[in-house]
Amino acid sequence: MSANDGLGAKTQLRAGTAYRRDWLWVAAFVHRLSGIGLAIFLPMHFLALGLAIEGEASLDGFLKWTQNPMVKIAEVGLVALLTLHLLGGIRVLLIENMTWQPGQKSMAIAAVAVSILVGLLLAVYLF
Amino acid sequence: MTSADTISSETIDVSVWRGGAEGRYETFAVPLRQNQTILDVVTWIQRNADPTLSYRFACRVGMCGSCAMTVNGRPRWTCRTHVSKVVENGKVELGPLANLPVIKDLAADMTSFFEKWQKADGAFVPSKTRHDPIEEILPNTPARIEASAAIECINCGICFAACDTVRWQDEYLGPAALNRAWTLVNDERDAGKSDRLRAVAAAGGCHACHSHQSCEQHCPQKLNPTASIAGLKRLTMHAYLRGDL
Amino acid sequence: MWDLRLYVIQRATAMLMVPLILAHLVIIFYATQTGISAEGILSRTAGSLGWAVFYGVFVVLAAVHGAIGVRTVLREWSPLRGGLLDAIMFIFAALLIGLGARAVVAVTMPGGLGT
Repeated sequence: MSANDGLGAKTQLRAGTAYRRDWLWVAAFVHRLSGIGLAIFLPMHFLALGLAIEGEASLDGFLKWTQNPMVKIAEVGLVALLTLHLLGGIRVLLIENMTWQPGQKSMAIAAVAVSILVGLLLAVYLF
Repeated sequence: MTSADTISSETIDVSVWRGGAEGRYETFAVPLRQNQTILDVVTWIQRNADPTLSYRFACRVGMCGSCAMTVNGRPRWTCRTHVSKVVENGKVELGPLANLPVIKDLAADMTSFFEKWQKADGAFVPSKTRHDPIEEILPNTPARIEASAAIECINCGICFAACDTVRWQDEYLGPAALNRAWTLVNDERDAGKSDRLRAVAAAGGCHACHSHQSCEQHCPQKLNPTASIAGLKRLTMHAYLRGDL
Repeated sequence: MWDLRLYVIQRATAMLMVPLILAHLVIIFYATQTGISAEGILSRTAGSLGWAVFYGVFVVLAAVHGAIGVRTVLREWSPLRGGLLDAIMFIFAALLIGLGARAVVAVTMPGGLGT
């Protein structure tokens, strides 16, 4: 019958966030993370291009550094971030400004998939 | 217990939150029955194992919206959730609705949820008196179609518990309150539209929504609060661009 | 209606940036195909008013859009509230516009630089 067998120690109430196991949530989360990534990257991007003000040589020195495979991988990641944030953003703009369309989940998955493809394409170009 | 209605001697392990903000999960072995709902399980525990268990329910048939709880990490209406649908490896974990303070055990304090309905101007403002003739409302005008699509909310709080924006922004009004505001904005009998637009456009209003769509995914009434909130975003944005807000 | 104003500005900058980002991505692919060098970049951009306007507008839009986004993220994922959030937003926007303007000037200045 009944069993008060499980009287455990005092603990925290579990968060109840299993709703996050969903493509739509993942797409929104990736959109946010890519935005944060771009916000961190942009100042560095501008600083690097600003090297041209000190002459072509220093910009070239920087660009030589970008031939480093690790840096190339980072660049592929950045282009993927930009594409992710672009497609995720278009998705949000459509949701917010157009009449509701069904099939949001496929849109979300497509946005993530296309971004990965663009990243891979750049990887092919770079290496 | 006499168990003519138990399908076997099988039981499930039901882990139930006991206490307030501080507490523990207590496990009960509950006999498995046919067509058993989570609310049946909770009621069984209270009647047969521990009468001090606190939980909330009224209609038991999916109309009143009072029995929502966290079931295996997701908010659900427990009276219409079959055990067979949610049981994982013979286990079920029950807690009070998330994003609300716990009163005791499975009962969450819904105060902030309903206060936000008020804050979103979720109350109908009549434009006529009882002395006026009854107004004819056509069901097929665009505004009425929008209102009707969103009107069947039962105030269960599931969308509120499934919303990360509620979790992350204490002042966010939440999907249910904004969805309610959307139905009133589209109600031609309502006289409070400009105040309501102002209420939902303030900080913590519709613009805080990130369209995660968890509300739509979890609404037991299959409503789409994300779409309603998007409607409010458009209306308030146009009002702002016209200089009305 | 401060939050509504920020919302409208953020969505407007987003919409305006859609074609600019697509162009930027095309340029990235074009440039990496031919190999990136300072000479390559500057021969394209130096002394060009068109590129100066293109990148100048892009920098301002990205700075404003990014700063509002940073404010939203901090509002939700940090304990910061109120005026401090707005202060960080303005500082971040100013930083991006400053660094961005320097970069645009550096790559579009007539005749190129240094060499």
